Amino acid sequence: MHTLTIAEISQKLRAKEFSSREITQHYLSRIKSLDPSLNAFITVTEDQALAQADLADQQLAKGSTQILCGVPIAHKDIFCTEGTLTTCGSKMLSNFTPPYNATVVENYINAGAVTLGKTNMDEFAMGSSNETSFFGQVKNPWATDCVPGGSSGGSAAAVAARLAPGATATDTGGSIRQPASLCGITGIKPTYGRVSRWGMIAFASSLDQAGTMTKTAEDSAIMLNAMASYDSKDSTCVDHELCDYTATLNDSIEGLKIGVPKEYFSEGLDPGTQAAVEDAIKIYESLGAKIVSVSLPHSHLAVPTYYVIAPAECSANLSRFDGVRYGHRCDNPKNLEDLYMRSRGEGFGEEVKRRILVGAYALSAGYYDAYYSKAQKVRRLIKDDFVQVFKDVDVILGPTSPSPAFKFGAKSDDPVAMYLEDIYTIATNLAGLPGLSIPCGLVDKKPVGLQLIGNYFAEAKLLNVAHQFQLSTDFHTLNPINE
Amino acid sequence: MEWETVIGLEVHVQLATQSKIFSGSSTTFGASPNTQASLVDLAMPGTLPVPNEQAFRYAIMFGLSTNAEICKRSVFERKNYFYPDLPKGYQTTQLAEPIVNGGYLDITLENGKQKRIRIHHAHLEEDAGKSLHDDYQGMSGIDLNRAGTPLIEIVSEPDMRNAEEAIAFARSLHSIVTSIGICDGRMAQGSMRFDVNISVRPKGQEELGTRTETKNLNSFRFMDKCIEQEVERQINEIELGNKIAQETRLYDGDTHTAKSMRSKEEANDYRYFPCPDLLPVMIDDDYIEDLRQNLPELPEARKTRYEQDFGLSSYDAEILSSDRKMAAYFEATHTVSKDAKLSANWIMGELSARLNTDDISVEESKVPAEQLGKLILRIIDTTLSSKTGKIAFDHLWNGANDVDEVIEKEGLKPTDSSDLEAMVDSIIEANPKQVDNYRSAEPDKRKKMVGFFVGQVMKASKGKANPQQLNSILQNKLDSE
Repeated sequence: MHTLTIAEISQKLRAKEFSSREITQHYLSRIKSLDPSLNAFITVTEDQALAQADLADQQLAKGSTQILCGVPIAHKDIFCTEGTLTTCGSKMLSNFTPPYNATVVENYINAGAVTLGKTNMDEFAMGSSNETSFFGQVKNPWATDCVPGGSSGGSAAAVAARLAPGATATDTGGSIRQPASLCGITGIKPTYGRVSRWGMIAFASSLDQAGTMTKTAEDSAIMLNAMASYDSKDSTCVDHELCDYTATLNDSIEGLKIGVPKEYFSEGLDPGTQAAVEDAIKIYESLGAKIVSVSLPHSHLAVPTYYVIAPAECSANLSRFDGVRYGHRCDNPKNLEDLYMRSRGEGFGEEVKRRILVGAYALSAGYYDAYYSKAQKVRRLIKDDFVQVFKDVDVILGPTSPSPAFKFGAKSDDPVAMYLEDIYTIATNLAGLPGLSIPCGLVDKKPVGLQLIGNYFAEAKLLNVAHQFQLSTDFHTLNPINE
Repeated sequence: MEWETVIGLEVHVQLATQSKIFSGSSTTFGASPNTQASLVDLAMPGTLPVPNEQAFRYAIMFGLSTNAEICKRSVFERKNYFYPDLPKGYQTTQLAEPIVNGGYLDITLENGKQKRIRIHHAHLEEDAGKSLHDDYQGMSGIDLNRAGTPLIEIVSEPDMRNAEEAIAFARSLHSIVTSIGICDGRMAQGSMRFDVNISVRPKGQEELGTRTETKNLNSFRFMDKCIEQEVERQINEIELGNKIAQETRLYDGDTHTAKSMRSKEEANDYRYFPCPDLLPVMIDDDYIEDLRQNLPELPEARKTRYEQDFGLSSYDAEILSSDRKMAAYFEATHTVSKDAKLSANWIMGELSARLNTDDISVEESKVPAEQLGKLILRIIDTTLSSKTGKIAFDHLWNGANDVDEVIEKEGLKPTDSSDLEAMVDSIIEANPKQVDNYRSAEPDKRKKMVGFFVGQVMKASKGKANPQQLNSILQNKLDSE
């Protein structure tokens, strides 16, 4: 049952081959038996899931046409869920139960989906290995001594281990695509503004974007159909025409122009990963696509630019966690300053503190022009690189991550090495472009991800190109769990 | 040594929008603590701001009223600091790209001279909540009802040289924002708050002295006191050979003293940067033009109209035009009475006195403008004298609905001529000495002496005698021996 895709589950629910309660129960049991060794979930909402499943079964009996009706999914613990603990992977919010739902969560409730629980993540989405979570490491289902990637490591591991057929996630610098790559699944980060950020706990507001993690591109299309919406509660949400992402999945890619940036095949790329990506290029050629070499000359500036802008925004975004209204509060504060210092000192982990400090420094008097202001100018150059390239090509192709999953602790003492994990994904966030990662091979029995980057609001094209690849390959069907 | 004072003002004006600047919560004053605080105002994780268009409209109207440039592009920034009544840990405000740039006001001084005070800029921002330090033993309470109330902060150039100019500028701003309806002007409720930047320098010196900023002034009287004290303090310090420390001072309206709040060294580095949750706001020419066309009459234009169309004195015109609601009352009274001078006199006299005594605003007046207009009509047609007019006004103030009913019910109609003659006869009979004096006086002195008899008859008629009629009867009888 758990090897089925969302498309198949939906079809079988409608064909009455099983009920929503049965499939939900099946996933809940699977979580119970497998998650203790993976730690993909922070909270499992069993009672609520079964109640939602029963409701969905009633809807299905009445002939619901909603494709996600009765389909169980998981939410990254960054999305506010009314009445359900929402921690953002932090001690700071280890006691926080929101009084409202994120728009993304609301959209899935309206679509009839069932929520299995909340998935583990790097603290406040800051990390590329899921090692910064207050709730412990998530293990990569392909190699439990390795990281699942981050920050959406819980969602990635849950989908890869078939603990959920799909999950929501967020991506600020690669937090959907990199863990999707390391866990061998499909993950899409839509165009900035395509999905509402209301109720999604902010890390870096100008970069954060919600997306989906699934086994297949087709499932991503189904999930994104429900997730994408215009939301007047988010001023940065774009009122762009909505489309059915499943409608164009089967379009031919004959004549499609794929740009391959030479900067994405430089020093630091693992040879096995490079070989797998080059094999993928050959598959696309065999499908009739035209491969064009392109250049994104400012690529080398993406990581340093990101590590000024993202920390700067987070330094302000995380100020609200002050121990006054909600979240962790230190015991017996002596005075206001003590309340602030100890509540924040105790509530935040090392990486979060590091980024708040870096951000506060970059914004401080005398440094603003040299750091923040300059980073914004470089951000524009990086964006212009893409705009230029998209005049000639339909999609850009490259590796998602420089290497397959690495061992726990391998990079946790070296922030810069960790930051370079996102070297190929960060530029798309700075430009606001959509990107996705699909599995394209195995190196040492660990998955390799292929990244496709599209033009603004070209999610349908990306999913089409990914789906065509998956029609001729079977990497997306590989199951890491020995059943 | 002769000293010159240099004053600049920062004025916070609460905009009279229905809802807050970035959330849908109501902005009504005086609700129970935290009942007007939404998820956004509480800075719940994951919440986002959505700008209130009305706040922009009001800010643009202010700019159009002060000869300023309306910026086609404006940007909200985050001003970062920690305080419990600032739930997000930053205030959303404008810095580098405010909505209103430049502008000026011409103020009129007591000596009749005009002076131009330049405005540096005006920007939109959100208000903070309130910390309640008194009510909770050992702890402070936080009320976030005010958090997110839209403000414009108006920053003047340091163009004022004394308290009179500063207050004239502040009053003029008050008059404008209430006239165009963007602020309710209730200073006691904090609808307008003033921060005063003060420095002194030897007369003739170009370079500015070190300034202090005194915050939290919410009345013109406090501003006057504060400027007087601070100027004196600074001059004393300098004359004692001390330096003025650049600092922020807080005014206490109860003790009328200001204390140092923080020095320049202790000042926060606010780490401003553009708010990534809000896009730059772009405003096009048509939008501005539309607001310009529909801008309510400004106090200055109204004053000129009162002088030219109604023949009011500059003083009367100033008082009646500076407050939009007062002006509306005056015009409604005038529509009925058709007599501008009498209307002005009654409003600035009897009505203002009553409003003051009852401590209410003109919109809460217990005598509607229509009734006052009608009362003035009855004075013009001599049904009422100024004395019975006041009696009628008193009844209207205390609940009567209609001036004609009051005249009827209270018997305020003038005494008719036969009754009046009888009264005059009895007064003459009762005061033979005064009559003799009158009759033996030179004719040009008699005019003055007739006042005694007028008073006596008025008293006897309870003020209902028609003065002109009475005068002619009296003169007839007294002069005819």
